[in-house]
Amino acid sequence: MKFASLTRHLGMAIAAFVVVTACGSTSGGGTASCKPSTATSVADCGGLDALVTAAKAEGKLNIIATPPDWANYGASINAFSAKYNIKITSANPNGSSQEEVDAVKNLAGTSSAPDVLDVGLSVALANTALFAPYKVATWNDIPTAQKEASGLWWQDYGGNMGIGYDPSKIPGGTINSIKDLLGSGFKSKVALAGDPTKSNQALNGVIMASLANGGSADDVSKGVDFFHQLKMAGNYVPVIGTAATVKAGQTPVVFEWDYLSSSHGKDVSGWKIFEPSGALLGNYYTQAINKAAPHPAAVRLWEEYLFSDEGQNNWLKGGARPVRMAAMEKSGKLDATAAAALPKVSGNPVFPTPDQQTAAGTYVKAHWSAAVG
Amino acid sequence: MNRSRRIKLQVFRSAVFLVMGVFFLVPIAAMFEFSTRGNSVTAPRTMEAWTNIIKTPDLVDAIIASLELAAITSIAMLVLLLPTMVWVRLRLPRLNRIVEFICLLPLTIPAIALVVGLFPISRWMRINISDSILMLSFFYLILVMPYSYRALDAGLAAIDIKTLSEAARSLGAGWGTVMLRVIVPNMSSAILNACLLSVAVVLGEYTFANLLTYENLQVAIAYVGLVSAGTSIAVAVASLLFAFVLLMVLSFVGRPRERMARAEETIVAPESRILPLRDSYIGVQK
Amino acid sequence: MVPFFLYVGLFLLLPTVVIAGGSFADKNGSLTVSNLTSIEQAYLVKSFVNSAIISVASALVGAIAGALLAYAVATGNPRGALRRIVTSASGVFAQFGGVTLVFAFIATLGTVGIVTVFLKDHGIDIFPNGVWLYELSGLTLIYTYFQIPLMVLVFLPALDGIRPQWREATESLGGSTWHYWRYVAAPLLAPAFLGCTLLLFANAFSAYATAAVLLTQGGVIVPLQISNLFTSETGQAQPGLAKALALAMIAIVTIVMLLYALLQRRTSRWLR
Repeated sequence: MKFASLTRHLGMAIAAFVVVTACGSTSGGGTASCKPSTATSVADCGGLDALVTAAKAEGKLNIIATPPDWANYGASINAFSAKYNIKITSANPNGSSQEEVDAVKNLAGTSSAPDVLDVGLSVALANTALFAPYKVATWNDIPTAQKEASGLWWQDYGGNMGIGYDPSKIPGGTINSIKDLLGSGFKSKVALAGDPTKSNQALNGVIMASLANGGSADDVSKGVDFFHQLKMAGNYVPVIGTAATVKAGQTPVVFEWDYLSSSHGKDVSGWKIFEPSGALLGNYYTQAINKAAPHPAAVRLWEEYLFSDEGQNNWLKGGARPVRMAAMEKSGKLDATAAAALPKVSGNPVFPTPDQQTAAGTYVKAHWSAAVG
Repeated sequence: MNRSRRIKLQVFRSAVFLVMGVFFLVPIAAMFEFSTRGNSVTAPRTMEAWTNIIKTPDLVDAIIASLELAAITSIAMLVLLLPTMVWVRLRLPRLNRIVEFICLLPLTIPAIALVVGLFPISRWMRINISDSILMLSFFYLILVMPYSYRALDAGLAAIDIKTLSEAARSLGAGWGTVMLRVIVPNMSSAILNACLLSVAVVLGEYTFANLLTYENLQVAIAYVGLVSAGTSIAVAVASLLFAFVLLMVLSFVGRPRERMARAEETIVAPESRILPLRDSYIGVQK
Repeated sequence: MVPFFLYVGLFLLLPTVVIAGGSFADKNGSLTVSNLTSIEQAYLVKSFVNSAIISVASALVGAIAGALLAYAVATGNPRGALRRIVTSASGVFAQFGGVTLVFAFIATLGTVGIVTVFLKDHGIDIFPNGVWLYELSGLTLIYTYFQIPLMVLVFLPALDGIRPQWREATESLGGSTWHYWRYVAAPLLAPAFLGCTLLLFANAFSAYATAAVLLTQGGVIVPLQISNLFTSETGQAQPGLAKALALAMIAIVTIVMLLYALLQRRTSRWLR
């Protein structure tokens, strides 16, 4: 913590120095006027303290589709609110990425428009016209492949597709391979966390099944076949896996992002997550700032917080891999306990490109009802 | 009513109530049982899920907002629908089908499609009129129309409003008096049921409020439910109980009018049957 | 009169026009009928058929069971506690749906539901051929959970309108219970009964939240298809097609309503 605040003060001092020298020639250029809606970095706004003052003056922040138990967002929300006395309004927690973009368009001009978006990459790429460019103070820690050059969007956290399960409900207590799921001890136990023709997460579950059955990111047919086999064996239960169905024992085996799966641990003691080696499917979500955000200073401060060490570690504690993980490991700022609690993986995950996801989506849409209907 | 028929009726009623009672209450019991479960098969029962509900501060604001919306929507529904329906029945019977169709339309369009259609209007209203959650009542009125129309229509069909209104008018009553003191008391059960449906719809509405980012009761409940699986079910059961108690209280509001209606019925009813007989007799003569 | 049409015009007809208009637009906003013709795809047609089946089934079951329950209530004390309890509970259950309703049924009749387990302990397996709860029949059963209370609330006023004098008149003319129901009460109640059944049909046809939570099998019914096309995690939303589907739904209910109007005219010939 002390190191983080030292870095911040150092950064602020440098920024202030830059601003002072830049405005040196103008008369009375003491307090740089912060126009938050066009600020593209902390420096633009006259340093972190100026940003904090402007944000506090706004006093509110609108976020959307951000459930508190999603990668431990709740901890960041509470800490940010308490620290800066800014009230965060969280709308439509279970909304999809498309609904976030729709809300930005449909609520434009009102005071409840979302300030920030946390969406899937494909949706982000399709809507860059709605975003405002901004580079957080720790911008350089983000790998180049995971951000947009001018700051329109950048990735925040991610994880791998995993098979979460309740050991007490399955034979043998562990899953060692995806083929185990076809066994007779898994009757009506295996579920997805959504409908693959609609939900990105469920679609990625099918892609991962494909990877684990000899397919690839370009060939999702093996995954659809696998679920067909599950259905034929009577092991597939078509109910959407939620916290309640998991706890009730209705869906003891669920295909979910590992950081979401880990939240079942509070309802089912001993919840485990299995990620097949050689079939690691990774996915990162993407942050972007609404160009017409009703609270421009607050949202930029929020981004600064999320990408500070504290914010990144909050996501880590939620079981997700924060985008600055490699840099923080080097600087020693990574929360070691939380890092150790992540599911053990061997090998490098495959990251399907937006085009591959679209192609997989089209295939699944056409063949899913026939496979499991 | 003779004894054997009375007995048959009682047997019928008991059987119906028993079967329906089981059908409707067992799932609720299952939900309650689930909400008290511990973390694993061996963990003890706990009321933790229920205490989590009380720990949420935003819930009270959301409850008040929803209650206000329910009141506004019900009253607006009665003011808008009842005079229209009476007028159509009395003066413009050919418009009946059109009004019926319009009132059924909101139900044919799934809420999610309707919201998309309403987004531009909502945006305009938010910017130019008010950002308050009470703006939702404009949309809720549309949602409530199909159900209330049907309840009111069943009530209107049961009374002979043509005769009643003509009788009242011939005694010198203005239309206001006809509505308030003649028609409404005779329809108390229909009006009550229409209001019950409105309140229930408003209290249970989620899609509109959620997509328009307002925080009404169901949105707040969904948020509370994110704490844990048990809490999400506990809060759902709690909201059902809350709605039930509210509707019970509301059903008592209709009581004074009922007494008046019963008294008026015995006076008005015989006459309303004499007149048609006379008409048809005249018809036969021709 | 005017306020009604004004209000309805703004808040109902305008969005309907927006939907109808949107169904003729493609992704770039230019005019096209491709959205309407793409409805002919096999999986979309199937979802319409499924929707129709569930709606008709749950409407009929709900109407009949609801009418019986309403009759049981109407023949009781009009100011009694039982009536209040049933009508208030009906109000609550008529709007009960979505995630919680499905979960309630899963907790009761799911593979580890309390009733399933109870019956299994007594030797009865209700799922010998696979779990039907997650098929269309299960969905229909779940739908009746809110259809029956809805029927009670909208049909009760009609039953309240039955005068004891009609019964006495029938008896004084020598008629039996069967005569009373067949020739007096049923024709008088038929219009209201049909209208309420129509409401139940439309209610089930457009019900979305319940099915969305239960079925992960790819948009088995139309509202699910519509929502699939509106919301998407992978940027594949097709709002034009979704609006076309909504338009098709309106068309179907219009047709059903016309049939209902025809039926009404026939049954009203029995009156006077």
